[in-house]
Amino acid sequence: MDFYSFLIQSLNALQYGLLLFLVASGLTLVFGIMGIINLAHGSFYMIGAYLAFALTSLTGNFFVAILLGIPLALAFGAALEALLFAHLYKRDHLEQVLLTYGLILIFEEVRSLLLGDDVHGIPVPEIFAASIPLNDTLSYPVYRLVISAVCIVLAVGLYWLIQRTRLGMMIRAGSHDRDMVQSLGIDINRIYRTVFALGVALAALAGMLAAPISSVFPGMGSQVLIISFVIVVIGGIGSVWGALIAALIIGFADTFGKVLLPDFAGLIVYLVMAVVLLWRPEGILKKG
Amino acid sequence: MNPTSQRLILPLLLAALLAFPSFGSDFYVELVAKTLVLAIFAMSLDLLVGFTGLVSFGHAAYFGIAAYAVAMITPKYDPASLWLALPAAIIAAGLAAFVIGLFVLRTKGIYFIMVTLAFAQMVFFLFHDTNLGGGSDGVNINFKPDAAIAGWAPFDLNEPGQLYYFIVAALVAVYGVLKLVLRSPFGRVLIGIRSNEHRMLSLGYATFYYKLAAFTLAGALAGVAGFLYAVLSGFVTPELLAWHQSGNVLLMVILGGMGNLVGAIAGAFAFTAMQEAFGAWTKHWQLAMGLAIVAAVLFLPGGLSAIPARLKRAMTGEEK
Repeated sequence: MDFYSFLIQSLNALQYGLLLFLVASGLTLVFGIMGIINLAHGSFYMIGAYLAFALTSLTGNFFVAILLGIPLALAFGAALEALLFAHLYKRDHLEQVLLTYGLILIFEEVRSLLLGDDVHGIPVPEIFAASIPLNDTLSYPVYRLVISAVCIVLAVGLYWLIQRTRLGMMIRAGSHDRDMVQSLGIDINRIYRTVFALGVALAALAGMLAAPISSVFPGMGSQVLIISFVIVVIGGIGSVWGALIAALIIGFADTFGKVLLPDFAGLIVYLVMAVVLLWRPEGILKKG
Repeated sequence: MNPTSQRLILPLLLAALLAFPSFGSDFYVELVAKTLVLAIFAMSLDLLVGFTGLVSFGHAAYFGIAAYAVAMITPKYDPASLWLALPAAIIAAGLAAFVIGLFVLRTKGIYFIMVTLAFAQMVFFLFHDTNLGGGSDGVNINFKPDAAIAGWAPFDLNEPGQLYYFIVAALVAVYGVLKLVLRSPFGRVLIGIRSNEHRMLSLGYATFYYKLAAFTLAGALAGVAGFLYAVLSGFVTPELLAWHQSGNVLLMVILGGMGNLVGAIAGAFAFTAMQEAFGAWTKHWQLAMGLAIVAAVLFLPGGLSAIPARLKRAMTGEEK
């Protein structure tokens, strides 16, 4: 592998890992703070991608689609929390698994009813459609760099939100002791709703950003869901920074696995997880 | 269900199963046979979820490994011997469960759910991406296993009727094995682990090895179901190992009420009935299924087998 191919693969791995981080960060927050295992989290990624597709065809502009899509995803997340997930906090994990499994079936069928089962594509927006030439034959698409940049900005924003704001303080306190936070006069239910809506919006945004580079197809949610599970396990449940590290590890392992060992590409991610679990059964960064 | 009524109802249910082929059409005999295979699968998972308190979300892996073992052991132009294929399938599934169990049992709670899922995905990709078992297309099993011992054949699995009774016999056998295990001191320890693992540890039980044994046994029994599924359908695809399959079997166990073997069987029947009823009604049957699941979680905690007790409470006006 020469230097430029290596550079391209590294940038791809970085972009893929950062995108996965957007999905996994919401998942790990919902796990860590609300104690909810949400199998339907991958569906939010799928919904985001289809939202981008539907809104782009309606408005004719990808950026308008994203600007409309984010508040829609936030509202959708808040409504879902109020209607369904709020009833799950005191239930055991098994019932959470069951309910969210039922949700996957519902989301997939509703998608199929509304938009059909065809594979769709969205053109890369024109401003970012260019490629940066690396040498005579190889070049790198600008849009992938844009995705990475957006993800990095969001990761920094998330760090600031959780570590530096009053809301973040309440979120962190809520993950330690729900009852104590409530008795201090903080409405924990509103914090849960905010966190959940935030998680849904992050996953949906990841789906919207990914739509122009990966096609929009029916099974895309479950694929991302399981990889995100692996990331949350490797990173340690509830740890956003663990999720970031783990997402990058998985991004690189998967991308380079596909290049170097194409026959076993699907397996490598899970092998990485097995090794990490042998080393640290509770993930790289245990929640603290 | 209390023990006395269970003692009365079980023989009746078995008699109904045995008599069914004489009045059911071929289509329904095959459907019931398929459901019984799922019932064995659900009972094997119930040993983990219901009795040991281990929520495995990757149980399809062992089901699928056993099915693939049948496909691999069957030569292209000849049937395999039943007495070779059945143990091979069970051992393959049990061995896989043992090895995976060594990893996954190091984790607990949510981790356990996700890690079992992830390992099952690993097995899925092993069969889906490599040419080990025909890749994503799957493999045909051209011949059903041959039951002959030294030239004498006690029964013939090519006969749908005989295959049906073979599956009923397997169901009874698996039920019996699980009942014996649960009644033994070993089973008591498993139930103890479900209620309070720390206490069992401090009583001096090495709970890890008990859980590993239960995980291996559950995998091997799922292997029985996987074997029967492969024989019944004559076709094996990676879909058998997919996580939807793990989700469905978990659904059966919960639908029937956990920690109740008869409940697991009822759950398998309820699942098939829902699938058939919704499927006849609309091609988007999964939507109805999803809504039913969500409604069941919200309004019916305890599953189907809790209904009699709830009705009784409602009728006598007793408080919980």
